[in-house]
Amino acid sequence: MVRFLVQGKNLTAGLSGDIDHHSASLMRKEIDLEIKQRLPSDITLDFGDVTFMDSSGIGLIMGRCRLMREIGGKVKISNASEQIKKVIKLSGVDRITEEV
Amino acid sequence: MSVKDEIKLQFPAFSENEGFARTAVSAFISKLDPRVDELADIRTAVSEAVTNAVVHAYRKEAGLVYMTVRILKDRVVSIHIRDKGCGIEDIEKAMTPLFTTAPNEERSGLGFAVMESFMDTLSVKSRAGAGTCICMKKKLAEKE
Repeated sequence: MVRFLVQGKNLTAGLSGDIDHHSASLMRKEIDLEIKQRLPSDITLDFGDVTFMDSSGIGLIMGRCRLMREIGGKVKISNASEQIKKVIKLSGVDRITEEV
Repeated sequence: MSVKDEIKLQFPAFSENEGFARTAVSAFISKLDPRVDELADIRTAVSEAVTNAVVHAYRKEAGLVYMTVRILKDRVVSIHIRDKGCGIEDIEKAMTPLFTTAPNEERSGLGFAVMESFMDTLSVKSRAGAGTCICMKKKLAEKE
């Protein structure tokens, strides 16, 4: 469900499919396991293959921001569709992440 | 209120059915040929409302979600999502952005804010112990 790519100290998590309450918890577990194993300096959440996201995705982003802050890292967001950007903007989470 | 078309669905409040609800609404209103952004807004609002029923209404017991989708005149889509779960004691507090009773599950507390922002109207009726009914409407842009 989540594809990981490691480039130096950057970890990219390629998300796919619909992100809702049903799918988010599994994605969260997979990403957290990878973060805890690799301790990256930043993580890029790649939304390129995400077909839908509701506010469960905001919980997913905010939770990863908290975890990355604990290890001194940052969360970056890439390839978000207009629908996903609209949800992100409403939440204000764009203020604590970087768009790449 | 002139109803041109209507569907009524009921399904168990399983998280798997959040996607089903979105798909059902999309399929039903596709005859109106909504714009991509309008369809995305409606799908997102429906997802939030059904998730509320799954996560909050039936936290302690299993139950059903009742969804009615109506196409009204002038391309207005009306959606009612109802449950017979625990109800909301303080609706105003529940609708405050970022307020959540389930922070440990990474619920963002934005469900109602999304529904309010993505739809034209939102009304929430609830009674503790009896359940909650969320009513939302959105008028689709006229076709050229």
